[in-house]
Amino acid sequence: MASGIVGIDLSLIWAVVIIFSLMMYVVMDGFDLGIGILFPFVKGKEERDVMMNTVAPIWDGNETWLVLGGAGLYGAFPLAYGVILPALYLPLIFMLIGLIFRGVAFEFRFKVQEGKEGMWDKSFIFGSLLATFCQGVALGAFIDGFHVENRQYAGGSLDWLTPFSIFCGFGLIAAYALLGSTWLIMKTEGPLQALMRRMTKPLVLLLLLFIVAVSLWTPLSHDAISQRWFTMPNLFWFLPVPILVLVTVVFLLRAILKEDAHVSPFVLTLILIFLGYSGLGISLWPNIIPPAISIWEASSPPQSQLFLLIGTLFIIPITLMYTAWGYYVFRGKVRTGEGYH
Amino acid sequence: MFGLEALDLARIQFAFTVSFHIIFPALSIGMASFLAVLEGLWLKTNDSTYKDLYHFWLKIFAVFFGMGVVSGLVMAYEFGTNWSGFVDFAGAVTGPLLTYEVLTAFFIEAGFLGVMLFGWNRVGRGLHFLSTIMVAIGTLMSTFWILSSNSWMHTPAGYELIDGRVVPIHWLEVIFNPSFPFRWAHMTIAAYLSVAFLVGASAAWHLLRGNDNPAIRKMFSMAMWMALFVAPIQAFVGDAHGLNTLEHQPAKIAAIEGHWENPPGEATPLILFGLPDMEREETRFKVEIPVLGSLILTHSFTEQIPALKDFPKEDRPPAYVVFWSFRIMVALGLLMIAAGVWSLFLRWRHKLYETKAFLRLIMCMGPTGLIAILAGWFTTEVGRQPWIVYGLLRTKDGVANHSVTQLSITLVSFVVVYFAVFGIGTVYALRMIGKGPHTGEGDLTTQGGPGHDRHPKRPLSASDEGTEKAHSHDQLTGH
Repeated sequence: MASGIVGIDLSLIWAVVIIFSLMMYVVMDGFDLGIGILFPFVKGKEERDVMMNTVAPIWDGNETWLVLGGAGLYGAFPLAYGVILPALYLPLIFMLIGLIFRGVAFEFRFKVQEGKEGMWDKSFIFGSLLATFCQGVALGAFIDGFHVENRQYAGGSLDWLTPFSIFCGFGLIAAYALLGSTWLIMKTEGPLQALMRRMTKPLVLLLLLFIVAVSLWTPLSHDAISQRWFTMPNLFWFLPVPILVLVTVVFLLRAILKEDAHVSPFVLTLILIFLGYSGLGISLWPNIIPPAISIWEASSPPQSQLFLLIGTLFIIPITLMYTAWGYYVFRGKVRTGEGYH
Repeated sequence: MFGLEALDLARIQFAFTVSFHIIFPALSIGMASFLAVLEGLWLKTNDSTYKDLYHFWLKIFAVFFGMGVVSGLVMAYEFGTNWSGFVDFAGAVTGPLLTYEVLTAFFIEAGFLGVMLFGWNRVGRGLHFLSTIMVAIGTLMSTFWILSSNSWMHTPAGYELIDGRVVPIHWLEVIFNPSFPFRWAHMTIAAYLSVAFLVGASAAWHLLRGNDNPAIRKMFSMAMWMALFVAPIQAFVGDAHGLNTLEHQPAKIAAIEGHWENPPGEATPLILFGLPDMEREETRFKVEIPVLGSLILTHSFTEQIPALKDFPKEDRPPAYVVFWSFRIMVALGLLMIAAGVWSLFLRWRHKLYETKAFLRLIMCMGPTGLIAILAGWFTTEVGRQPWIVYGLLRTKDGVANHSVTQLSITLVSFVVVYFAVFGIGTVYALRMIGKGPHTGEGDLTTQGGPGHDRHPKRPLSASDEGTEKAHSHDQLTGH
């Protein structure tokens, strides 16, 4: 076992760090990808400017969590990095290309002559949709698991392409769109905010539909997952998760009707996403390469994990502090005409 | 595709994406430090020329930085998607180094970039300057970690092989492996020189068109001081790096020199030009200067350097690439030194801003720093072949098992997307440079700029008043 030289389970801590950074990514880049997904529903240039300006100062930091997830996997679980990434080759490459199209739009859109932003609006929409869809597909394929032989991915190049993974791709689009719409309720006002309030209700119901479908689909197609959830006493322990999902949905639907609720819809959406994420975690733990390779088997040597951990435990809290400071500096509502150079 | 095998395609894909990528961080590294210097000088002297220059280059920096972020994200994943054999073998060393880069560099850059770009009126002068400095430090930290990782692939140290995989034993030896200090210094200086020549070329272009203002003169002058002092330092560091390579990767040096064999007792000549031919095992059509090779590389008149025939055929790097890429880099470096010396002469004669021939030269030299960086990287990376981790793992054993079809699809996508997106981005950046720094540029930002004071547009509330007071307080004390 890779646990070890100082009597603590390094692999376990690392799994927690990576799960944490991926969740930070899903939540933070989720709302700014969501803004790209919602762009087609907002036509006015000024309103689009406002939408973009709500995330312009922070999107880069949000995306860095994805790099940390990738690099942390590389450093702490190189076997998983070396198996999962080749297995998801095409969806990941197209996700990266999507992120290129939307990432450059932040800068380019404000650099073109007046009236020519259309091209970069399209690039922003296309990139956000492509990146989100590919992430969802990758997630679906991850849940379905990988065929591994001799420490190498041994499946075919299109194994990731299944009805389930495609379904997850659309599910994630709904999830990010909801994060985006509630973020905008918090950060904007007037007609744009009203539009987002109207759009949030169908998005909540749509996401609920996806959550229910995935919750039924995964145990039906994977015995291990159904064992995990539907045996005693597990069922008893995990039952709060679906119950809390329903409670959160009810609160969320009520919150968007209140004119003075600015922050609560976003917070409730965060809770909803967190619950969905926990549900997946419960289904898959402790496998880092489903269906059979655990975090301990995929670990890098303890020398690597310990070296990383010393820095990480010290640096991540500092990172969170200055990230929070950045959000604080740009707090409050964003309005037309402000925000960019 | 075109009769290429999967390994070739994987290598082309990596070379293509990393070559495109390196241009943007090189510019970000140089520009972030340049911006920190400009803002520092403004705060110190209160000369608004520096503020104008700061705001002018900040916008251009933002574009290059954005392109660096998205093209760099590709790199962080490409190690795994395309080089899983390498990851399985060496991931225990290279993975943690990359993670530290994310933790100590990317987050710092990203965390303070927002305030640097948009926070001019949101925070006090001191905090804004701090943000600029943190972004600059972030870029240098990033260089530190990624070059440590890359250098380890050239000169692995501090590890043991257990079960056919690398296990790190001494992290300090891993990080400060033998070629790292040289490579780090060489690359950082190269980034500074690239930006110096880009800035110099922009100013020269404006001066040639008759756009003349204090900001343009100032940036031209700063760029030429950099050329004068930093280009010779680079030559010195490059020489030290070369001697380090001779010690650790002699085959690379032999290939760079196109040097095939050592007749007994004959000092090594320096081949100026020629065509190294791997099949015939000779450098054809060569023009050489006797003894100079020994003099440069061993600092003696008699000692020989290793020759390519000393190494088995399958261990020789392709000399026809590195021979030329090395010469391009050196020639551009010498040209930079010459430009620096000429600038000093013109400055002494008070003709720095008027001499047409000099301005034209500097304008044409705009991309030379970047070309030299690419040429240098081709030399060191192709010179490492056929190894991916020098002496330990061959490139062909590090590649992931993908089909030619898959690799062709992704390669074509990358080529199309990179040229389109980054090509357009570069055009935007050049267009902004073409508009030139104006006098008063820094004040324009205050109107409608990022972090534009919010209160005029909404009724005063208590919290707004608080912020406003804090602002004026900052202005009183900090300015």
